[in-house]
Amino acid sequence: MEEKKEITKVKVFKKEKDVVLPGDEIVDSMEYLPGRNCFREGSGIVSKRIGLVYFKNRVIEVVPLAGMYTPEPGDMVIGIVKEVQRNGWAIDINSPYEAFLPLSGVREFIDPMKTDLSKIYGAGDVIYGKVTMVSPAKSIHVSMQDIKTRKFSEGRIVKISPVKVPRLIGKQGSMINLIKDKTGCRISVGQNGVVWLQGENEILAVKAIKTIERKSHTDGLTDYIEKLLSKK
Amino acid sequence: MDELRPVEMQVGILSNADGSAMVSLGKTKAIAAVYGPRELHPKHRQNNERAILQCNYVMAPFSTNERVRPGPSRRSVEISKVTREALEPALFLEDFPRTTIDVYIIVLQAHSGTRTAGINAASLALADAGVQMKDLVSAVAVGKINGNYVMDLAGKEEEVTQCDIPVAYMPRYKKLTLLQMDGDLPDKDVKNLIKLAVKGCETLYDKQRKALLGKWSKEGKV
Repeated sequence: MEEKKEITKVKVFKKEKDVVLPGDEIVDSMEYLPGRNCFREGSGIVSKRIGLVYFKNRVIEVVPLAGMYTPEPGDMVIGIVKEVQRNGWAIDINSPYEAFLPLSGVREFIDPMKTDLSKIYGAGDVIYGKVTMVSPAKSIHVSMQDIKTRKFSEGRIVKISPVKVPRLIGKQGSMINLIKDKTGCRISVGQNGVVWLQGENEILAVKAIKTIERKSHTDGLTDYIEKLLSKK
Repeated sequence: MDELRPVEMQVGILSNADGSAMVSLGKTKAIAAVYGPRELHPKHRQNNERAILQCNYVMAPFSTNERVRPGPSRRSVEISKVTREALEPALFLEDFPRTTIDVYIIVLQAHSGTRTAGINAASLALADAGVQMKDLVSAVAVGKINGNYVMDLAGKEEEVTQCDIPVAYMPRYKKLTLLQMDGDLPDKDVKNLIKLAVKGCETLYDKQRKALLGKWSKEGKV
């Protein structure tokens, strides 16, 4: 009996939402499983990146505070069409890998022999798509079949750090709705850190977005942004 | 004799780069910038199983009393290579197949120990860029002068030392990732010197962690 107790000893070094650096041990126990941005080493779980620890039942996850966008299936992203190919489009989604939008990812049926693909999406077009597949070899597929997906015809694009996207959106979209209300802009935020906006007060909205990115760690940011936007 | 020069570390000094850091060891000062992981061109250099790490070590023309000629030299190519090999074991390169991670190191002021300052700065910049890592890498140079072991050789010390051993070390794994030696020394001395260097690296490791936490614990508050 006593031996069994030894084996199931659980050592937890970090609390939820603690800041960890690469190489920091989070727990020493086989009871937990390594999730995103963690790896197992011996019986412990160690962080791979700078980030915040989250315990999701038995799975430990590190939400990064810095770094590139890593696509995951289900993400809504804003991409720029880079190239029209024979059977689809190559799309830049602000990650280390180019994404591919196949013909089957478009809502209507298209016969590539009869239609000019660049009429549907040409190089330089900006689209709001959904990541459908990320293979282990990092080939990424996006699709335009979801109802939310669309092509943007005017407006402008701002890039922010992908890890700041949750802050820009705010709790239940509080922050982004504030900017929308105050500036009257139409705004779409991609999970990849690309923001599309269009409206009369674009410049003010861009200013607000950049301020949020810069001051993302401060308290009472929503009030601060409200003041900034009311000033004009 | 077995003390480090005053160390100063700063993280996130460049806004253009994905990650950056400045490290000064006494009068030696180096900055490092990291870009990536990003797409690698030309395509034939891509590796389908892992990312490649490209390091570039440069000395600024004004870094010493005599002007350093810009452009690659035998020395800078060598140091770029050993820096790359010192950092590679600490990275999860297999997480980003076909990409490159670019590390640029510039020595602003040289007063010996430039490669070790460069490695310290580069590992900080990599962590700052959010690159997946096993551990940070710390580095220090050691030597022997008049029968005394000396840590962190500075300026003139480098000229009179019997031997100059730069060491890079991953403290959590207790593994050396760089070990070079100029000069001649018996076995026993080398072993003792490596032990001394490891001690120095551990001190530097604490300072690196402090520098990173100084920036990021603030950002992680919300």
